[in-house]
Amino acid sequence: MLNELNYPFDPKYLISHEKKLRRLLKADGVKRIPKRIAILGGSTTHDLMLMLELFLLNYGIEPEFYESEYNQYYEDGMFPNPALEKFRPDVIWIHTTNRNITAFPSLKSSTEEIDSLYKAELDKFTGLWKRLSEIYNCPIVQNNFEPPFYRLMGNRDISDPHGAGNFINRLNTAFYRYASEHENFHICDIAYLAADYGLKEWSDPYYWYLYKYALNLYAIPSLSFQVANIVKAIFGKNKKGFVLDLDNTLWGGVVGDDGPEGLELGPEEAVGAAYLEFQRYLKAHTELGILLNVDSKNDSENALAGLNHPDGALKPEDFIEIVANWESKDRNLAKIAEELSLMPESLVFVDDNPAERAIVKQSFPEVSVPEIGEVRDYILTLDRSGFFECTSLSGDDMARNEMYRANAKRAAVAKEFSDYREYLLSLEMEAVIRPFEQMYFSRIAQLSNKSNQFNLTTKRFTVEEIVAAHEDPDRIDLYGRLMDRFGDNGVVSIVIGRIEEGVCHIELWLMSCRVLKRDMEFAMMDALAGKCLERGIREIRGYYYPTEKNKMVRDFYALQGFEKLSEDEAGNTVWSLSLSEGYSRKNTVIKTES
Amino acid sequence: MDREEIFGQLTEVFRDIFDDDSIELTDETTAADIEEWNSFTHITLISDIEDAFGIRFEMKDVVGLKNVGEMADLIEKLSIS
Repeated sequence: MLNELNYPFDPKYLISHEKKLRRLLKADGVKRIPKRIAILGGSTTHDLMLMLELFLLNYGIEPEFYESEYNQYYEDGMFPNPALEKFRPDVIWIHTTNRNITAFPSLKSSTEEIDSLYKAELDKFTGLWKRLSEIYNCPIVQNNFEPPFYRLMGNRDISDPHGAGNFINRLNTAFYRYASEHENFHICDIAYLAADYGLKEWSDPYYWYLYKYALNLYAIPSLSFQVANIVKAIFGKNKKGFVLDLDNTLWGGVVGDDGPEGLELGPEEAVGAAYLEFQRYLKAHTELGILLNVDSKNDSENALAGLNHPDGALKPEDFIEIVANWESKDRNLAKIAEELSLMPESLVFVDDNPAERAIVKQSFPEVSVPEIGEVRDYILTLDRSGFFECTSLSGDDMARNEMYRANAKRAAVAKEFSDYREYLLSLEMEAVIRPFEQMYFSRIAQLSNKSNQFNLTTKRFTVEEIVAAHEDPDRIDLYGRLMDRFGDNGVVSIVIGRIEEGVCHIELWLMSCRVLKRDMEFAMMDALAGKCLERGIREIRGYYYPTEKNKMVRDFYALQGFEKLSEDEAGNTVWSLSLSEGYSRKNTVIKTES
Repeated sequence: MDREEIFGQLTEVFRDIFDDDSIELTDETTAADIEEWNSFTHITLISDIEDAFGIRFEMKDVVGLKNVGEMADLIEKLSIS
């Protein structure tokens, strides 16, 4: 990761050094996931594309672009377009702005005329979106409209239906309605961005007159950054948790020296109010499924005393892991990641102390370590960094903290058993293993994009592809949901097999690391073998494609009783399990229901 | 600011943008001489030159510039006034 591309970046520097940054990123040896991105523009998009490429490379995505000719977004999307069809975009970004609104009301327009202008404009866009999703079957990112840069009626422009501002607001509201009704449709909020940047600067018409850019050249990185955030979220590259320091990060002062009563925290004075708001901001993240953890140099009882401060918004039970000791912070971070079964790179480390940040950065270059400034900057820095850009809000996200807490309880119980099988039986596990169901389509796609470790082929699926796999008669699709006496783990395992000439080829086999070592993988194999036998399939063939992260499943098929057929130089292996002699069930600890 | 200083600073701007430290500018250098100098990098170039010299081009100037010599003339003129 290049620090130059992390928030807060310097747009001038990025634009002038775009070639150098690209060269550095491409030479860093990082393995990236390739994605095809179509930009359909209503104005010049060239620099937007260049900047988007930099930000995506920085996020571990290697983009390939299709760029529509100048202002051909509508024609390119609406009419037969062999080039775009051949390109097969993974995501389409429609970069339109208020410069693309065909006609605004005039002051003489009647209500009916205004309504019909509104309807015509909206129909144009919804027609385009529908057609794009039919043909390309991929997520769509659509700009909303930014406010106009002048107001004919002054303040009345926003309230009067004749006003451009009013008209734009109506269109935006309709865009949002469409977004709320279509899962794979995402709004890029350029209205907010323009406000954040300063509308006057953002819409400096100089760049429109000269170059047909619908925004200031120097605002381009901000816009591309937003789009990169949405794209990385779609492809499962969001961060998953915070690792937080305590003293002077969650409160003012040092709890070990000042005692909890001496800390600056609470609504009464300025500094305390700032820390309180920051705690509330962090706490709200738990509803998004973001995991909060503590990594603090403190005695454990002092840390807890601080977290039990009566004026604080965060309490010890809001955290999954609280690590307070005198070890180095990078070692503690590694421990937290391990306890959570997460890669360190999915964590954001927040510490007011630059020396601690440097240590963590040094040990884990892929961990996000924002330069958070002083307490009044904390929220802004974290918020604008886009770590947790939310492209879908599933019940599963919201329940994630509960699940991790239940995991901590299970770990405590596990210590009481000397026999592992007895421990597993004591969990009273029950699994539902069935073909995909509509209510889980988005969760299943999300898992296919997020799971890296327990994932044999690391093949990624969009929601549309998941639906297609489910409907394909030549495929077997299974999801597994695991419950036990401590709670519901939700959908944790996905299998997709493709049937070809009596053989089932496993295209996707993944499991969430939160249910490692629970024998769920055996229950899944039992279910897959059962489905295969029903269809008279004689052989299951498994594939393992090694990545940086999935070494834990290198011997997966051997453990499942498969025979190795081949291995190539890259370590890709092919495995076979014959069903001609039948199949003996492997899971003995989970009750299953199908 | 004399012409030599202008060329020195211009060269720096060009080298940064094109990520190429071998660039040497003369009065006659045009977009044809630098591979990546196209309408898009031209936009960045204009903006960076404005910044580097603390000047602001008029829109008609931006459209008309043909070679580095003309650029330097214009910078010279704008920096005096």
